[in-house]
Amino acid sequence: MKYYRSHVLVSVDPECVKRGAHEILDALQDELVAEGLIDEVQVLETSRIGDPAQGPDMMVYPEGTHYIGLTANDIPYIVKEHFLKGRVAAKFVAPEKAAVESELSAPTIKEIRVVLRNCGKIDPENIEEYIAEDGYMALAKVLTDCTPDQVIDMVMRSGLRGRGGAGFPTAKKWSLARDAVLPEKYIICNADEGDPGAFMNRLVLESDPHSVVEGMIIAAYAIGAVRGYIYCRAEYPIAVRTLNLAIRQARSMGLLGDNILGTNFSFDLEVRMGAGAFVCGEETALMSSIEGKRGEPRPRPPFPAVKGLWGRPTNINNVETYANVPQIILKGPEWFASMGTEKSKGTKTFALAGDVSHTGLIEVPFGISLREIVYDVGGGIKDGKGFKAIQTGGPMGGCLPAQFLDLPVDYETLGQAGSIMGSGGMIIMDDETCMVDIARFFMEFTQDESCGKCTPCRVGTRRILEILERICAGKGKHGDIETLEMLCKEIKTTSLCGLGQGAPNPVESTLKHFRHEYEAHIYEKRCPAKVCKSLIRYEISPEACTGCTVCARNCPVTAITGERRHAHIINPDTCIRCGICMQVCNFNAISIK
Amino acid sequence: MSPIKSLEDLKRVREEALEKRRVKANSGEIQIIVGMGTTGIAAGARETMKAILDTIEKDSLTGIIVTQTGGFGLDANEPIIQVIVGDQPKVTYGKVTAEVARQIMKEHVVGGKVVQEYVIQA
Amino acid sequence: MTGETIDKQTVMNAVEKAVQRYGASRDELIPILNDVNRSLGYIPAEAIEEISKLLKVSRSQLFTVASFYHMLSTKPRGKHVIQFCESAPCHVAGGREVWVTLKDTLKLESGETSPDGLWTLITTSCLGVCGVGPVILVDDDIYGNVTPDQIAGILARYH
Repeated sequence: MKYYRSHVLVSVDPECVKRGAHEILDALQDELVAEGLIDEVQVLETSRIGDPAQGPDMMVYPEGTHYIGLTANDIPYIVKEHFLKGRVAAKFVAPEKAAVESELSAPTIKEIRVVLRNCGKIDPENIEEYIAEDGYMALAKVLTDCTPDQVIDMVMRSGLRGRGGAGFPTAKKWSLARDAVLPEKYIICNADEGDPGAFMNRLVLESDPHSVVEGMIIAAYAIGAVRGYIYCRAEYPIAVRTLNLAIRQARSMGLLGDNILGTNFSFDLEVRMGAGAFVCGEETALMSSIEGKRGEPRPRPPFPAVKGLWGRPTNINNVETYANVPQIILKGPEWFASMGTEKSKGTKTFALAGDVSHTGLIEVPFGISLREIVYDVGGGIKDGKGFKAIQTGGPMGGCLPAQFLDLPVDYETLGQAGSIMGSGGMIIMDDETCMVDIARFFMEFTQDESCGKCTPCRVGTRRILEILERICAGKGKHGDIETLEMLCKEIKTTSLCGLGQGAPNPVESTLKHFRHEYEAHIYEKRCPAKVCKSLIRYEISPEACTGCTVCARNCPVTAITGERRHAHIINPDTCIRCGICMQVCNFNAISIK
Repeated sequence: MSPIKSLEDLKRVREEALEKRRVKANSGEIQIIVGMGTTGIAAGARETMKAILDTIEKDSLTGIIVTQTGGFGLDANEPIIQVIVGDQPKVTYGKVTAEVARQIMKEHVVGGKVVQEYVIQA
Repeated sequence: MTGETIDKQTVMNAVEKAVQRYGASRDELIPILNDVNRSLGYIPAEAIEEISKLLKVSRSQLFTVASFYHMLSTKPRGKHVIQFCESAPCHVAGGREVWVTLKDTLKLESGETSPDGLWTLITTSCLGVCGVGPVILVDDDIYGNVTPDQIAGILARYH
């Protein structure tokens, strides 16, 4: 993969095209070649950015500069200014968006609930409630009206892509499994949702289990599978219970088992529980685990569609992918394809967590911007604080700073921005978050979850973690940043599975976008966000201190001294930075330095 | 439950399920639905459920059906309950602690007045 | 429980019940280990031996599987197991303070069991209830929106 220092997104909204967007694209291409920048700057087309009436417009990342009202003649000037001289071509820059208040009062982007449509609306423990919402109608339609090929064709036309993270076209996966020659095929639902901060699948499994079961039966019919497994994390006991109940009810109603709905199609399903291993979310590791072995990934090819569970052709999709299928059949592939962007169709569920007002699950069409997700749907940052970064894609994703907020969300754009779609977890961080601490935190996770098979991942993540721990402890030294960068690159290129390949992302992205924070920790021994305990000091302001002694009495290590009615002092060598003194002080005399 | 053998069978089951809902709505009975997904439970939905059931028992209330659903995806508002009186629109309440549940039972379920303070959009 | 060894008969019963439930097949190994772990609190060496016999899988293979998964323990655990979600969303939402308070209150580090055998403190991967983080799990009871000052009250329910 090629690395670009900048990305230029040109809006090809119909209105912008009318106003000359294609000429802009050509001019950019020519000028970048002429200046020898074509390997450094990537030009991409995107949907609408700003108001098309002010188009054609384009967005330059990572700076997030929005240029408007362009003509092809302006491009040579902008390229020279922006990419050669490194300064903004001010006269084309769009005026700053109005303050946050006006954004909040803007019409709320409505969520579109396809996968979550029944969540919180039906009793998940009663199959009749699902049937009342047209449940199993798609299955009946498929079994009575369609050949397996027609089913795959419908999924193909819908443009559905795997919701587990990689975004592989679902229909393609299905036809591979359908075309596999070995008999006795299997189908698996990956419900091992292990990404911290991602809980979309849990909600679907707990609240609408039959939508997944129905989707799996349809997939089984399409590829000709005899048996299916739902591999669910043991951390989700309620989901496991609800699923088991759903399967029992479906079986007793003749929707699973022999001769489903009176046809000659037979298929049955069971739930397999994980036992707490993150790597089992990886499909080959997951299959090893179902077979009762250590959940270690194996090299691909052979792909599961050819040689999967017990060496048989196997189709693996994620919970959300299957849950979309009945709706595609019922409402038609064209309906589904009408939502989203050119390459990413339909909707996506995201889990919002962290410092956002409305934590929880959302479902939005692809192409929505991160800003709309955080501010319109998510209600903005908690407690009126400022936005610092958004981490998308789970522990192997990247942290994106504010200048990426207008990025339209789909599989491709997030990848280009240095993060990933992942399964859909989004952690929003406010301006009091230390990005070095966050990077350390994610490394702790991947280091712990590395299965140990590939040395670069096993040892490399440990080395990175050691360095980050040292930096957070105020013992960072010259060369640390460079060593980190080198390790990241090594691990990425030499690991077998997605875990190792993605593990350095949080470090790489924070190094790229928040390098100054690393530098402050290492060279100035300062944590700008005042989070890293070894790099902060509590101080009492002699002016504000009344000598009431309450801090000294509450200090667990008697680090505070001073006489009554005289200003007190904290001894930094004894102080353990617990912050109790600051909490108990009635005069706001204590602050963090 | 008898097995469904054809598309017609399935349609019949669907009609029956919809009919059951209509009967419920027309019976004048009050439905209370408690979100009992993991998030709801973690936020205290069990105590909420208990408070509702206790109130019904203690005050010998009748004509109330208490059921459960999964999660709503509105985690910041958990625990969540919904109250449906007859054919009136569903009212969704957020942050329903045991105490709030008792208040809703008294003012809305018995008194017929929606407790605006805790109403959320769902 | 720590301090008391589980008598052999109890171990045998647990293993037998699990194997009967799932069938004596290699494919069912993880469900069986999960069941035994759940009923005994951990997987004692005697259980490994017995499962090895019944499933005709070598003990070393069983150990490599049992040690791979976080939720399976080959060491005895306390009467109540407290699991703290150490994932990023909980961390960002104030989990650090909760974790420190838990460790201070129990006087335990991660992975340790109290001398009286009452508590084991461990961390867990994401429990998927991030919207109400920080989250702790005591045995099977899940607590969300936990603040440091609630810890003592939550633990008191298990005395």
